[in-house]
Amino acid sequence: MKELRFSKLLLFINGLVPLVLLLWDVYRKQVGANPLEFVTHTTGMLTLVFLMITLALTPVRKISGLNWIVKFRRMVGLFAFFYGVLHLLTYLWFDRFFNLRSIAGDVAQRPFIAIGVAAFFLMVPLAITSTNKMVKRLGGKRWAMLHKLIYLAGVAGVIHFWMLVKSDKRLPLTFGFILVLLLAHRLFVKFYPPETQLPQDSFIPRE
Amino acid sequence: MHIKKADDIKVSEITDKQVYLNRRLFMRGATLAATTVATGLLYRQLNPPPRETPEGQKLPNITKSTTDQALSNGFTVNEKLTPLEDITNYNNFYEFSTNKASVAVESKGFVTKPWTVSVEGLVRKPRTFDLDELLSFQLEERVYRLRCVEGWSMVIPWIGFPLSKILEQVEPTEPAKYVAFQTLLDPKRMPNQQTGVLDWPYVEGLRLDEAMHPLTILATGLYGEALPPQDGAPIRLVVPWKYGFKSIKSIVKIALVANEPPTTWNIQAPNEYGFYSNVNPNVPHPRWSQSRERRIGEFRMRDTMMFNGYAEQVAHLYTGMDLKRYF
Repeated sequence: MKELRFSKLLLFINGLVPLVLLLWDVYRKQVGANPLEFVTHTTGMLTLVFLMITLALTPVRKISGLNWIVKFRRMVGLFAFFYGVLHLLTYLWFDRFFNLRSIAGDVAQRPFIAIGVAAFFLMVPLAITSTNKMVKRLGGKRWAMLHKLIYLAGVAGVIHFWMLVKSDKRLPLTFGFILVLLLAHRLFVKFYPPETQLPQDSFIPRE
Repeated sequence: MHIKKADDIKVSEITDKQVYLNRRLFMRGATLAATTVATGLLYRQLNPPPRETPEGQKLPNITKSTTDQALSNGFTVNEKLTPLEDITNYNNFYEFSTNKASVAVESKGFVTKPWTVSVEGLVRKPRTFDLDELLSFQLEERVYRLRCVEGWSMVIPWIGFPLSKILEQVEPTEPAKYVAFQTLLDPKRMPNQQTGVLDWPYVEGLRLDEAMHPLTILATGLYGEALPPQDGAPIRLVVPWKYGFKSIKSIVKIALVANEPPTTWNIQAPNEYGFYSNVNPNVPHPRWSQSRERRIGEFRMRDTMMFNGYAEQVAHLYTGMDLKRYF
């Protein structure tokens, strides 16, 4: 139990490392000619990275049998949401100065922003229902159903990234490829469930 | 089987609880420190802070244009210059990197000597100029706005000479209506040409009257110094009323032709980047608005001007043209 708590603390601090370094860069003005773009890109990228890690935990667990890693899924997912909030805030606050009309116009003219916002709102109910209490209140099955929204959020996030890149699609392609792999694994498991393991004491004929 | 009794372990050998706890604390501290450093290094590797300061060679005998005359013909603007550090650390040059902040690093050490520019095609006197010949044209300082199609802009003190000077020397023939430009093709020196992000070599084009316009220059420097590799060394085009990508870098060939030549970004996405690509706040890019821009170094966005503020000088080139169609 104590080990788990320490591991979670470890994960928590490591998850904050990029933010601390980013703030440090901003403080020292080491963020290039277009600081806003740098911060927006960085937080957006971190959101996608944490989303992908969240989505990777279940396949990794099923393949490797390391069941304990699922205990970290909530925190990784919440980090994705956290960096998503920062990403959206950077846009709303510094790029648009909370000017609603300008935001509406921008969303209408730049569809990738609409898709990004959609991806964000898909994560909101997941973050809200991430507590143990909420799992109980919803019931495990319904909770699990609701949390399938993360697949959509991942897809929307990658499309958002794909659409804003001018020509060099390698990075969004990489994210897309990883996402397809992770989602494909789920489909595969659904249609070809692993053969149920024989109970320990069942009779196995020997030569 | 003989099993040793527990009391074979002397009491003195049992680790003291305090030591055990201390060691555990130490291990935890070490784990925390190690993982934090690893995460930090990984983050730094993947997302380096963009910076690299250039050192350029001073260019001699530059005519400065600070007169009212220069202001009215657009040779200079009364706007704050973008710092050299920003000009040289934030720009697109896909031959080196698709990341604006990495171009400076990737292009470091790019060899521009020897270098020749061949001027050919529909001309009476085709000629190949070497770098010294190019630098022997009377160099002028031109302070131009630069508006990138991506929505950011700068004010840059270029050093160069009008393109018309070189075109007059080769004497275009009657059927010549367009000028085609080509960047160096050398995947060894321009490593990103080994990828397929664009159709190499980079090519651009202008209508002959655009090419002959006094605002159109071939730049060989900025801020009084030779052009650094990341900004298109040793010689590049600057057409201030068009989006930045029209101003082709590291030119090796200029050809006079009869028909509209192919241009790289138009090949890449014909519905997004036209042959003309004049800065126009009223014609949005299919994926974003062009009505505003972020001047590098400024916090708030500013309105984008028609022809990037050079309407007075160049609008007459396009009278009667539907600029929405010929974007």
